[in-house]
Amino acid sequence: MSTSTSTDTFALQLDGITKHFGGIVAIKHFDLQIKPGEIVALVGDNGAGKSTLVKIISGMYQPTAGEIRLNGAPTNFRDPSDARTKGVEVVYQDLALVDLQPVYMNMFLGRELRKKPFGTLDRREMAAQTQALVDELDVRIPSAKAPLSDLSGGQRQGIAIARATNWASSLVLMDEPTAALGVAETARVEQIIMRLRERGAGVLIVSHNMEQVFRVADRVTVLRRGTQVATKRIDEVTHNELIAMITGLTS
Amino acid sequence: MTVTQADGTLTVGGRFRRVNWRQYVVYIGFVVVFIYFAATQGANFVNPTTLVTIITQATPITVMAVGTVFMLSLGEIDLSIGSTVALSALVAAVSLQATGQWWLAALAGLAIGAVVGLVNGLFVTLVRLPSFLVTLATMGLVAGLAQQLTNLQSVPVTEPVFSWIFGAGDIAGMPILVVWSIVVVALGWHVLRQRRFGAHVLAVGNRAAAASVSGIRVNRVKLIVFALSGVTAGLAGLLYSGRLAGATYTLGGSDLMSVLAAVIVGGTALTGGKASMIGALVGSLFMSMINYGLLLGGLTVAQQMIVRGVIILIAVSLSLRAKKSS
Repeated sequence: MSTSTSTDTFALQLDGITKHFGGIVAIKHFDLQIKPGEIVALVGDNGAGKSTLVKIISGMYQPTAGEIRLNGAPTNFRDPSDARTKGVEVVYQDLALVDLQPVYMNMFLGRELRKKPFGTLDRREMAAQTQALVDELDVRIPSAKAPLSDLSGGQRQGIAIARATNWASSLVLMDEPTAALGVAETARVEQIIMRLRERGAGVLIVSHNMEQVFRVADRVTVLRRGTQVATKRIDEVTHNELIAMITGLTS
Repeated sequence: MTVTQADGTLTVGGRFRRVNWRQYVVYIGFVVVFIYFAATQGANFVNPTTLVTIITQATPITVMAVGTVFMLSLGEIDLSIGSTVALSALVAAVSLQATGQWWLAALAGLAIGAVVGLVNGLFVTLVRLPSFLVTLATMGLVAGLAQQLTNLQSVPVTEPVFSWIFGAGDIAGMPILVVWSIVVVALGWHVLRQRRFGAHVLAVGNRAAAASVSGIRVNRVKLIVFALSGVTAGLAGLLYSGRLAGATYTLGGSDLMSVLAAVIVGGTALTGGKASMIGALVGSLFMSMINYGLLLGGLTVAQQMIVRGVIILIAVSLSLRAKKSS
């Protein structure tokens, strides 16, 4: 690794990520390191460049300049499925799940397990692994075999997070994971997110909800008009300071 | 209607109703109509050959129903299967006349079905047109091709191996058309329920965006299903020409409604994501039984059409209304 200050390997390392659209600079020299098991929040006002950054990390856009490293190795993503293969999983706010299938088929969607000798679907093994994972993360659902349509919005987002966690070798990227949920369900999903620390992948969470950022994140990084304003440990910053950094207004 | 609680769980009563109706309409209907015909026609209807006749008459519909289960599971529709039947049957019959080789003829019939399916699929995936429009257009186009091919002339099929395989043969006393029904439905069930491909079809039909971000190649899945639908229509064409010892452009002309009715009554959702292969088989036999019973009852062709239409409407209403309660 080129970083001389640390022998740690970061789950995700962004060095000087820059994105131009024609003459417009959407992201200007963005740096970030996320350790395994660390939760970092990305905040910023609408149009600050959060979505662009999320799309770069999930493989939808390629950066104009800068380097992405996963677990220390320089990499680049051709497209989202390439990013998935390399260990970045995205939890979408609109739930990328299929509700007519059972929970375990959602967990393994696109990566179904097969059994010998005929390569048929191994439903029993998928259900067993799913049950073990939801138990570990304490996602409370009736059963891994229940159809997804029997689950509440919070339970479904719990499944989406569990799925991402299960497959992410480097990073779980969450884009407003609780935007569609009520208060009680948001609290449940936040508990699940915090339990991801023990599973070793880095977590980058985009959120508009400042209370949520203070509840779940270890560190926070702020974007304003494409420029990275600051990256702080969450106990080094107050609510008002964070708002000031986001808006650019000092009170 | 089921009651959804604030926490999103379903009430027990709602669950029972949903499970009941969704899955069993076709089986209940089958039994009710069977009892009706048995009661009104007695031994004329209830005898060993009846069952065999019902199955063998239904075979082309059953085969196409398998392709259509995949198609509807995907949330798409193929209206061109009926005219593909005629084109495939004629292509096979003409090839048979020209070469005398049963396997070349069979291959040609299946290949033309696959080509029609792929063309449909390419317009749906690449040009991004609704499958309803694409296959409505190809339905007419293919029917025209079938009429053009032999100038409306019928073509006899006399080659013995071809006739044995696709019509008159039997294996250990079991008519070969029954064997075809069992094999194709079993294969369809296996792919739908036990293969990754089947799971991907259902996922795409349920929510294409979710399937796509999960790494499923949506267009590839669609193309394969359209080709599959064409191939089942092609096979149905071979089965008709084998059984009837000839091919003509009118073959399959009225099959589209029967196939769709069989599949929908059988519990496959028109909106995608939900499928039943066994339901489609029973649905196909149900349609065949109605045809047979009405014929036996001495109804004129016009009367049969009216009664059949009414029964289909009732059965489809029951199975679709029940589905809404989920």
